[in-house]
Amino acid sequence: MQRTSVRTLPGVAQGTPRAVLEGVGVRVGTTTILRDVDLRLGAGETLGLFGANGAGKTTLLRVLATLLKPDRGEGRVLGAALSSDERYDVRDRIGLVGHVPALYPELTLAENLQFSARTAAVSSGRVDLSLEAVGLGKAANRRADACSHGMQRRAEFARELMLDRELLLLDEPHSALDRDAADLVEGLVDRVTSGGGAAVLVSHDRERVVALADRCVELKAGTLV
Amino acid sequence: MSAAFWAQVRTVADRDLLRERRRGEVLWITIPFGVIALLLVPLAVGTDIPLLRQIGPGLFWVIVMLFGVLVAVRQANTDTPAQRDAAALLGLDPAASFAGRTLTSALLLLGFEVVVGVAAVALYDLPLRGWPWLLVVFPLVALGLALLGTLAGSIVSSVNSGTALVPLLVAPLSVPLLLGATQAFEGLRLGHSILSWLLLMVIVVLVLTIVGVLTARPLQETR
Repeated sequence: MQRTSVRTLPGVAQGTPRAVLEGVGVRVGTTTILRDVDLRLGAGETLGLFGANGAGKTTLLRVLATLLKPDRGEGRVLGAALSSDERYDVRDRIGLVGHVPALYPELTLAENLQFSARTAAVSSGRVDLSLEAVGLGKAANRRADACSHGMQRRAEFARELMLDRELLLLDEPHSALDRDAADLVEGLVDRVTSGGGAAVLVSHDRERVVALADRCVELKAGTLV
Repeated sequence: MSAAFWAQVRTVADRDLLRERRRGEVLWITIPFGVIALLLVPLAVGTDIPLLRQIGPGLFWVIVMLFGVLVAVRQANTDTPAQRDAAALLGLDPAASFAGRTLTSALLLLGFEVVVGVAAVALYDLPLRGWPWLLVVFPLVALGLALLGTLAGSIVSSVNSGTALVPLLVAPLSVPLLLGATQAFEGLRLGHSILSWLLLMVIVVLVLTIVGVLTARPLQETR
């Protein structure tokens, strides 16, 4: 898929970073998960993040998503300081697709997306379009618990397409997807970054991520190298 | 509170009612068990109608309390961490989520009260003097229990303690509701004023509403 040129979001100055972390540390109990992490994510940038199991990749994504407040260091995401209540105001501009599906199993794929659309005050008319865009138009009325893991991931990509995110965080985006569906990841990332947003891809699939990312970093035992 | 807040409350309540309709836990499990619990007492004490009539209202409210809090806690604690993260990233106000879940639980508990109440009247030959007041008492108790259960569910979810903490949190706080409900029932039976008991329940509901709304964000952020 052809990458489109970067156009800056309204109100976002050229070169304004979408996320900056300085000396960020996270501890859970007595275990240090992240240690002195410095990271700068520019507008239009796609970052590949690698690391072994337990290196702290998912924790770093949760910090960038403002869902986890660092114990040490400072950071700003989409202009909001992570240490202040400002972070609540930018959450609806951040998309996170984790490796565990976040769909409600009793609801159909369309009902799941309608819940997202209504909560985020987005037109419900975009639900069908988004499901069509990820190839789930015919499965829209199938319950999530009757869908394969790959279909659920596609539905989550549809949700992110529908919501116009400015920071996209994808944890193992290619897992459970067939080769055709892998293009969806590229399309989604391109849509966000071409609008002046940024994306972070966490993956063990280095080959695919390197092809997609502008630069790559690695986490080792909670430290960026 | 803004129109956007109330729109989110309704969205959460619609989602949870739909999920409950598909799961059918309250309709097919909780309500039948509530009726069976009422049925077991006459089997134990025999068909002593005056005795059943005397203990019936108290038993009814105890069963409503026990099953009601379990329903509300279950409703408040069904989301996985991934679902909670996704909801936060939709910009869902934690207070709106609390209110929506409470609304869902209150509606389910109201249905539970009505069905089990009809069974109690039939099994225990309860008098229906002053029954229009039940149109106030039933919703108040349902709302109070829903608030209590949702708050307890949010707390146990935030400290990842499972549901082991629920009885400790709920038992003392449900006493004023249980007292208000049983005494209102007794007052109606004897033809006394029940306004003071209604006031007690209203105060409990107001306090739980304020506590629930104010603690929604801190409880979400400690997860």
